[in-house]
Amino acid sequence: MKWTSKPTHVLSVSALALMLVVTGCGSKSNNAEGNTGGAANTENAVTSDNSGKDFKIGMVTDGGGVNDKSFNQSAWEGLQKLQKETGAEVKPLESKGESDFEPNLNQMVKAGYNLTWGMGFMMNKALTTVAKQNPDAKLASIDSEVDAPNVASVMFAENEGSFLVGVVAALTTKTNKVGFIGGVEGDLIKRFETGFVEGVKAANPDVKVEISYVGDFTKPDLGKAAAATLYNNGVDIIYHAAGGSGNGLFTEAKDRVSKGEKVWVIGVDKDQSIEFGNDITLTSMVKRVDEAVIIVSKELIDGKFEGGKTRLLTLKDGAVGLPENNPNVSEEIMAKVKEYEAKITNGDIKVPFK
Amino acid sequence: MQVLSKIFTKQSTYVPLVAIVLGLLVGAIVMWLGGYDPIVAYGAMLDKIFGSTYDFGEAIRQVTPLIFTGLAVAFAFRAGLFNIGVEGQFITGMTAATWIGINLNLPWFIHMPLAVIVGGIAGALWAGIAGWLKASRGVNEVISTIMLNWIAYYFANFMVRVVMVEPGQNRTKDIQGTASASIDWLVTLMDNARVHWGTVVAILCSFVFYYVLWKTRQGYELRASGFNPDAAHYAGMNVKGSIVKAMMFSGGLAGLGGAFESLGVFKSMAVMNALPGYGFDGIAVSLLGGNNPFGIIFGGILFGFLSYGSTGMSFEADVPNEIIRIVIGAVIFFVAIHGIVKWFLKPFFRKRREDKKEAA
Repeated sequence: MKWTSKPTHVLSVSALALMLVVTGCGSKSNNAEGNTGGAANTENAVTSDNSGKDFKIGMVTDGGGVNDKSFNQSAWEGLQKLQKETGAEVKPLESKGESDFEPNLNQMVKAGYNLTWGMGFMMNKALTTVAKQNPDAKLASIDSEVDAPNVASVMFAENEGSFLVGVVAALTTKTNKVGFIGGVEGDLIKRFETGFVEGVKAANPDVKVEISYVGDFTKPDLGKAAAATLYNNGVDIIYHAAGGSGNGLFTEAKDRVSKGEKVWVIGVDKDQSIEFGNDITLTSMVKRVDEAVIIVSKELIDGKFEGGKTRLLTLKDGAVGLPENNPNVSEEIMAKVKEYEAKITNGDIKVPFK
Repeated sequence: MQVLSKIFTKQSTYVPLVAIVLGLLVGAIVMWLGGYDPIVAYGAMLDKIFGSTYDFGEAIRQVTPLIFTGLAVAFAFRAGLFNIGVEGQFITGMTAATWIGINLNLPWFIHMPLAVIVGGIAGALWAGIAGWLKASRGVNEVISTIMLNWIAYYFANFMVRVVMVEPGQNRTKDIQGTASASIDWLVTLMDNARVHWGTVVAILCSFVFYYVLWKTRQGYELRASGFNPDAAHYAGMNVKGSIVKAMMFSGGLAGLGGAFESLGVFKSMAVMNALPGYGFDGIAVSLLGGNNPFGIIFGGILFGFLSYGSTGMSFEADVPNEIIRIVIGAVIFFVAIHGIVKWFLKPFFRKRREDKKEAA
C-alpha cells in the first residue's frame, strides 16, 4: 500500500508544480505586455490631438457586457471615439453579476484610472460605496444619481424621447393597437413606458397601448414570447426598453414579416435598424450615452470635471430622440414629430416621468 | 503521513487534479489560437486572486456562496434527488434574511443569527414544497424545482420592489447594522473586501453534512433511499420521509448561502435582472467536488477563484470574456468526463501495475 502510493503522489504534486511554474513566470512578462499595449494605443491615435494621452478612462459594464447592442455598447463606442480624438487610454471591464460591481470598480480605481464609469442604474450602490472608500478617485454614473462628491451623474430624459416614438407609433399603426415591452419594472423603465403612452395619447387618443414586462434584461427568449403574445393580440408596433431581452422581439418580428405579416419594432438606446435591419425597425429611441460619456470624459481631460453634480440630458440637448435617418417614417409623420419636438423643447408640453 | 498518502492515492483526488490541468491546457490552446498569450493570461489570473489582500478577500467572498450551493446540490444528490431548485431556495433565503435584517430591531447577538436562521428555514421550506410534492404525489423534483425557481425569483423581485424598497431606487433599504454578518475587523484589514461569517459557517456546514450523512442513522436512511428506494422501503425505511428531509436539508443549506450573501455582502437586496446563477454554479461545484462535502470546498474554491480571477485575465491580459468562459467551461468539462481522464491516465497505471508485479 505504502509502495503504490508513490507514483500518484508524485503525479499530483508534479501537476501542481507545473501549474505553479506555468503561472509563476506569467506574472512577470505580464507587466511588460501591459506597457507595450498602452504605448501602442497612443501610437495608433493618429488623428488625435493627444490632449488626453496621460489619461486612463475605464468603464465597468453591468451584467449586459460591452456587446449588449444597447447602452453599454453605446458607452464603449463613445470611449473608443474619445481614444481616437484625444489619445486617452480606455478600457472596458465586464461584470458577470451584481457581486462583481464593487471589485470591478475597485480594480479600475486601484489601477490608477483617472475616471471610471459605472454603467446603468444597477451600479448605484456599488458606485456610492467605492466612491466613499476612495475619496480621491473620480467616478461617473450613467442612469442613476450617485450622492458622492467625487461622482458625476448623468441622467437622460427618456420620457421625452419615448414621447416622440409614441407619436410615430400612434400615427403609423393600422390596427390602432401598439405595445410596449419593458425589462424589469422600476423607475427608469417606467420613464420609457410613461413617455411612450403619453406620446401615443397625444397623437391619437384612439390608439390603445398594451404593456408587458418580461422581468429580465438578458433573456431574448422571454422577449420573443412577450412579443408573440402582443402581436397575436393585434398589436402591430412594439416599442421596447428591455435591453438584451428586446433582441427576442426583433427575432419574432422578423419571423412574422417573413411570413407576410406587417409588424414593426421600435428600437431603443441605439439606432437598432443598423443591427436588425430596416424591414422591421420602424425607428428607434436613441439615447446618446456615447455623447454623454465623451462630454464628461473630456471635461476631466480639460480639468473641468465636476463631481457631485447630476445633469439631466434632455431632448433640448439632443441627447434623446429619433435617429438621423428614418426611411420607414413618412414625411408627414416626421413633420408631426418635429412639431411635438418643438413643443417639448420650448416647454409647451411637459412629459411626465411616471 | 500514512493517512495523507492514502488520501492522495485515492482516484477521487487525482482525477480532478489531472482534469483541472487538462482543462487549463485546453484553455491555453484556445487562448493561443485566439492570439492571446496563455501564460500572461494565467499569470494575470493568479495575480488577480493573490495580488492584494483586497482581491484575496473578494475571491473568498466569491467562493463562499458556491460552497453553500454546492453542498446543497450534493446533499440532495446523495439522497438520489436532483435539486435544480437550489437557485430558488438561495433567493428565498436571501429575501427572508433581508426582511428580518431590515424590519426588526434587536441586539446584534440575536439579530444576525436570527436573520441567518430564518434565511435557512425559508430555503428549507421552499425546497420542502418540492420534496413533499415528490413524496406524496410523485411529482418529478426536477420539474417542480425549476418552476419554484421562477416563483421564488418573481416573488423576491416583488418583495424588493414593493414591500422593502428604498424610495427612488431599485433595491431594498439597507439592513440594520445589527444584522450585518461582516467580519468588521477583517474587512478593515483586507482593505474593504467584503468578507463575512458565511465563509466560516460554510466550512462548518460541510462537516455537518459529513456527520449527518455518514455518522447518523438518519443519514444512512437518506443514502439508502437514494441508492435504491425499493430496497430501502423493503428494509422498513421511511423513503417518503427521507425525500422530504433530504430536500429540506438541501434547501436549508442553499437558504443559508442566500442569507449570508445579503447580510454579509450586499447589505440590501436589488431587483434581479436575471436569475443570479448561484444555484446553477452550485451544480458545477458539486460535480467538481465529487458530491463529497470536503471535495466541494475545493470545488468551490476552484470555481470561485477561476471566475474571480477571470476579471484579471480580461483586465490585464485583454482576453475577451468569451474565451475566459471557454477556459472555465473546459475545466468543468474535463472534471465531468472522469472516464476520459482515467483513460488518459491508463498508461501510467498499467506501468504501475507492472512495476508492482515485478516487485512481487
